[in-house]
Amino acid sequence: MDVEGEVPAAAAAAVMNGLGGAEEASAAPVSAEQLDVEAYAAQYSGRTRLARLLFIADRCGVEAMQLEALRMAYDEIKRGEDVQLHRDVAAKIGGRLGPRFGLDQAWVDTVTRRADQRKEKLENELNGYRTNLIKESIRMGYNDIGDFFYVHGQLSDAFKSYIRTRDYCTTSKHIVQMCMNVILVSIELGQYAHVSNYVSKAEQTPDSLDPIIVAKLKAAAGLANLETKKYKLAARKFVETGIELGNNYSEVIAPQDVAVYGALCALASFDRSDLKSKVIDNINFRNFLELVPEVRELVNDFYASRYGSCLGHLEKLKPNLLLDIHLHEHVETLYMDIRHKAIIQYTLPFISVDLNTMATAFKTSVTMLEKELAALITENKIQARIDSHNKILYARHADQRNATFQRVLQTGNDFERDVKSMLLRANLLKHDYIQKTSGSRKM
Amino acid sequence: MESLEALVAHIQGLSGSPEEVAHLHSLLKQADGDSLRAHAAALVPFLAYLSPETHSLGYLYLLEACATSGSNLSEFGGGDFLVTIAGFLTACSADQIRLAPDKFLNVCRVLKDQVMQLNMPIRGIAPLRAAVRKIQSSPEQLTPVHADYLLLCLLAKQYMAGLSILEDDIFEVDQPKDLFLYCYYGGMIYIGLKKFPKALELLHNAVTAPMSMLNAIAVEAYKKYVLVSLIVNGQVPSFPKYTSVSAQRSMKNHAQIYVELSTSYSNGRYTDLETFVQANSATFQSDNNLGLVKQVLSSMYKRNIQRLTQTYLTLSLEDIARSVQLETPRDAEMHVLRMIEDGEIHATINQKDGMVSFHEDPEQYKSVEMVEHIDSSIQRLTALSKKLASIDENMSCDPAYLMKTGRDRGRFDGRFDYDDYDSVPHKFF
Repeated sequence: MDVEGEVPAAAAAAVMNGLGGAEEASAAPVSAEQLDVEAYAAQYSGRTRLARLLFIADRCGVEAMQLEALRMAYDEIKRGEDVQLHRDVAAKIGGRLGPRFGLDQAWVDTVTRRADQRKEKLENELNGYRTNLIKESIRMGYNDIGDFFYVHGQLSDAFKSYIRTRDYCTTSKHIVQMCMNVILVSIELGQYAHVSNYVSKAEQTPDSLDPIIVAKLKAAAGLANLETKKYKLAARKFVETGIELGNNYSEVIAPQDVAVYGALCALASFDRSDLKSKVIDNINFRNFLELVPEVRELVNDFYASRYGSCLGHLEKLKPNLLLDIHLHEHVETLYMDIRHKAIIQYTLPFISVDLNTMATAFKTSVTMLEKELAALITENKIQARIDSHNKILYARHADQRNATFQRVLQTGNDFERDVKSMLLRANLLKHDYIQKTSGSRKM
Repeated sequence: MESLEALVAHIQGLSGSPEEVAHLHSLLKQADGDSLRAHAAALVPFLAYLSPETHSLGYLYLLEACATSGSNLSEFGGGDFLVTIAGFLTACSADQIRLAPDKFLNVCRVLKDQVMQLNMPIRGIAPLRAAVRKIQSSPEQLTPVHADYLLLCLLAKQYMAGLSILEDDIFEVDQPKDLFLYCYYGGMIYIGLKKFPKALELLHNAVTAPMSMLNAIAVEAYKKYVLVSLIVNGQVPSFPKYTSVSAQRSMKNHAQIYVELSTSYSNGRYTDLETFVQANSATFQSDNNLGLVKQVLSSMYKRNIQRLTQTYLTLSLEDIARSVQLETPRDAEMHVLRMIEDGEIHATINQKDGMVSFHEDPEQYKSVEMVEHIDSSIQRLTALSKKLASIDENMSCDPAYLMKTGRDRGRFDGRFDYDDYDSVPHKFF
């Protein structure tokens, strides 16, 4: 099997760094010159755009990019009505962008006043509807209040309002609408248990759903699984997401994200056959992968065992991925998993592997590789033994016959021991019982 | 109250057949009591008239009266009295003494106390071993003499002597207290013989025995249990569900330092463990467990080296020293050498290259000995299974059990279902 050897030196150095262990992404500032903040933000709309811009501003170490992100966030917020965010962003900018980007108190006051008026109006309307007991109006009333809270950044109140509409939903369309709203707010609040819950609720409605809605639900489910570290389920959901998703869910996730998340989770958790059938041959998912050609290359390299180039691609993508609000905490784990899978897959077909060639294929030193292999062997993921003297890895298959004999003898001993102590205990209890009934002490 | 001479005459006369012995027994019971003890000093010469084998019952009564009379036994000719008791225990007839078990036990107790007082435990071993055999109604029964016997073996450091008694499995116990002492002392004997798995079994029984309140013996047993299970398994299992509630709740509180030791052990760092032991050596010493704790320390090295055999085919001595946290490759070499000699790992050391090659376990399970071993195991286990089944049957016929579960008469047939013998023992308790 041919193993590619040439990978740029930067990637090699990056691989060494990545090997050094899971650095806490939050501690290290990330250099990400490649990320075009404007283009990135253009993929999203609504609150998630703001959240992402702020996240980038916090995490990236480059002042220019940070200011760019903050500037865009400021403009965006001015278009909306969230006063608290405005204050936060103004504080973060700290006057660096000039007087136009400072705390605009007048705007704050206007917006707050307008908000209070609107809130009062909505609440009055709702009370009116409630006394009239017209289900549909009550539902719409709660919905409007929920939307209002959402726009103003009061997410938990929005959540509560949306939940309240549940009692007044009459058609499945209503239910779906409610679920979608709740899912949106839950994702922002970070309560992914609710997301999964409501996704399944929405999927259970008796009417058949619009394919866009189906795609949205799958993407949301995938996201929830990703954040709760269930990578295999996340991968499944992502690859099942229909291409109809397009840009329709830009308030949560962009199709490029679906591709990236899906591919990474799949690489980290699927076995080879699943990878081939669900990812590489999947026409649907292929559409997503076309949006991110680097990831497509990555997956193909992994499948074709070009590990050096695959790991190189991964390292190139890493800085940008660390700026993604959903993925950043999982980047290290996923990368580690993918790397381990690559190593395991490499050693699988051989009886013996020379550690030197393997080290060059994986762009690492022999000692580091030996340590990694030892760890994998101890976890029983590779069936092999290391000949440290000659630096060779020998495959070793357990002798089933001997193992069976050992196990049998061991089971026999355990059975004997357990039954004996059980009979003893039974006897003790019996004597206790006899003492209680007879009232006299024997011997 | 007859005179002593008449009593002795009775004894001599009525020791022939079982009916006579029964008659004698009732006579003796009448004569028994403080009055007999008051004449204790006078009894001793009479003992010479009786023979222990044929007149066991009478001998026993008289002997017991002397022994428990409370007066200083050295009056009776000192060491000779001990010899008398010892002779009696060895020579007496089992059937006769079983008629008066309490007295017999008293005599044994006196012997043990005497021997310990004289600081010569070894003198008590042979008589007590005979006594155990005689008073047991079956080899599976536990008697109070067991505990005393094991105690003497421990004090005299005659572990092999204790082994013969320990090898019998105990299934019947009359007094729970005997069981605790038996398990505790037995565990200590096995530890002395370095048979740690068997020690673990006994100590496990002591810790998980049903008890309504925690007792001190169980706590001491638990401390040793923690140490031995670290040596054998590298970890301490949690309490199984059949452990008594009181034990589960409070056992660990009394043995806090041992629990900390086991957590420190599981972290795998030798230096941490060593410092912990040093810091608490006074406590361990006061529990008389310091030697065992030191063995726990050395077992950590062994465990780490054994883990290496699973991963490597050959490994240099420096690497071994580094991964097991030893000081120098020479230490590593010594440890590996010792383990090879003890048969704990299979390896060869190449001194020229400073390399160790690990081998597979050469046992192929094809030899005649192995087949015999497997065969005998199978037979033993079949016998055990049958025993379990018969106990199950008995219990099913027990009226109390039937009363508790026999609410609905209709399902009578369902209860006597002897077909599923694959029941795991834990289902019972």
